[in-house]
Amino acid sequence: MINMKLQKLLYWVALIAITVSAAGCRKGLEKTTLLPGYGAGAPGGKDSSTPLDPNAIAIKEGGIPVSERIGPDWKPSAEQPFTRETVYFEFDKSSIKQGETSKLDRIASEMKQKYRGKGLRVEGHCDERGTEEYNRSLGDKRAHSIREYLARAGVDPQMIDVVSFGEDRPAVSGHSEAAYAKNRRGEFVLLDPPR
Amino acid sequence: MKLSILFAALLCIGSGWFDHSAFGQAETRLRVERDFDENGFLQPVPVSISGFSGEVDSVLKHDLLFMGIKNVLPTEAKYLISGSNAGRVEGRVIQKSTKEQILAKAYTGSSQRSQAHALTDDIAKALTGLPGIAQTKVTFKVETGTSIGEIYIADYDGYNAQAVTRDGSLISAPCWGGRTTLFYSSYKLGKPAVFSHELTSGARHAVARGPGSSMSPAVSPDGRKVAYICDKGGSPNLYVCDADGNNVQQLSRSRDAESSPCWSPDGRTICFVSRERGPANLYTISATGGTKRRLETVNANNATEPAWSPDGKWIAFTSQRGGFDLFLVRSQGGVAMPLTSGEDPTWAPNSRTIIFCKGPDHGKVLSLLDVPTKQFKDIARILESNSQPSWAP
Repeated sequence: MINMKLQKLLYWVALIAITVSAAGCRKGLEKTTLLPGYGAGAPGGKDSSTPLDPNAIAIKEGGIPVSERIGPDWKPSAEQPFTRETVYFEFDKSSIKQGETSKLDRIASEMKQKYRGKGLRVEGHCDERGTEEYNRSLGDKRAHSIREYLARAGVDPQMIDVVSFGEDRPAVSGHSEAAYAKNRRGEFVLLDPPR
Repeated sequence: MKLSILFAALLCIGSGWFDHSAFGQAETRLRVERDFDENGFLQPVPVSISGFSGEVDSVLKHDLLFMGIKNVLPTEAKYLISGSNAGRVEGRVIQKSTKEQILAKAYTGSSQRSQAHALTDDIAKALTGLPGIAQTKVTFKVETGTSIGEIYIADYDGYNAQAVTRDGSLISAPCWGGRTTLFYSSYKLGKPAVFSHELTSGARHAVARGPGSSMSPAVSPDGRKVAYICDKGGSPNLYVCDADGNNVQQLSRSRDAESSPCWSPDGRTICFVSRERGPANLYTISATGGTKRRLETVNANNATEPAWSPDGKWIAFTSQRGGFDLFLVRSQGGVAMPLTSGEDPTWAPNSRTIIFCKGPDHGKVLSLLDVPTKQFKDIARILESNSQPSWAP
């Protein structure tokens, strides 16, 4: 039973990922209704009464307002389980690449179970081929795209904080495409609530 | 195009913060002829400079180059600038053909460098009619280590640089709110928040802080409003608030990343960057809200970092195709004109000179540009990387 549910969930996640990457290319996510809210059906599915996830939320036109719960008093956990799940982006894009969704699905699943009650900080980064403040905004948008994906997968967005470092904190130095590809990324920091 | 402009040269009045004493006497009325290029910029005024030595001589020549005055052979000069710096700096400007004296002044106090700047400002005002910029300041970001920056201010030519912040955190986008207050975005509290910083007292105030990130501040010309980018609604959008942080208003409602606001000199319009139609483009919006309008920049793709000239005529910006290039477009939009390679332009109060940055990340240098002649000169770099300049009003 649980297995079947999980399979169904993965199916929808994959379907959404395809929709996101197909529709998100030219105009970002602006006019694309990716998923209706709780209780309604996902687009194109057979079983239109099945919600993606009981905790999934409707994403309004402007996006999901930032968390007012996670503040500077939430500190990085001793255990950092998502250092290998860094998500990479295409040049000048903030949509989630199809090949990167499995990392986010793993994070979503762990945040909902093993790390319930903990916070997650998503850090957006850019390569140096944009101007500084443009990249600060682009990195922020990348972090929000990841947050929205995780929220659709059922993670409480109030437990997800975002910050952009633009091009200020490259993962690798150098001015090659190989370096740029590693710097266009979203990183994850697990946070402990204040005691 | 030739314009004859009548102006009064007041020879006896001292101005500025240090003591001027004059060796000329009466007020005289003189006729100065000025030539303009096809874009309305003043053609460089040919002068010949003599009598100065050492630092004063080089300061004069450097200053005048960026104020529309070029140093040529005496035979080609329209005006002769002579003087000395034995003791105090003294300068005299004579119209070569008529032998009329246009300026005669001596300067005391402070350093000879300051006196030379004061002299060039007076010369520029007399010969170009534009405000002098030799005694103006710029602010910029200095990278002091990996992922750490501080805000600096310096003379427009990079001299007398001093750190304004010592936070040891990420910091960005400094700009001026009047001549004695800076605004910038700092990560000191964890994520970007906009602060104001009074230079005289050192007092700081959080203008826009969480929830969410507040970035890229730009202060209105009257100093009353701040435009900035904030993501609290779930996407980076354009907001304005009062200079003290009150009366927050969201201006743009995009699902894409908006960035880099700047103000028109009348304070009515904000120019900023949106990715709404795919790549980055310039848009304008009323400062009180409304619909954003695309600003055409024909021949320049991926336009970011707009900077509105103080006379309102031009918007300089960065275009990206491979590297970064500076372009110029009329403020109502149109065909963009290439200037030079570089990024993040900011205008001097004379609407002629620009300071910008260039070079690879973490190794950028600031450079001065005389827009109509496209002559540029790098200024001395401080520590690892200098970027995001903003010219004081």
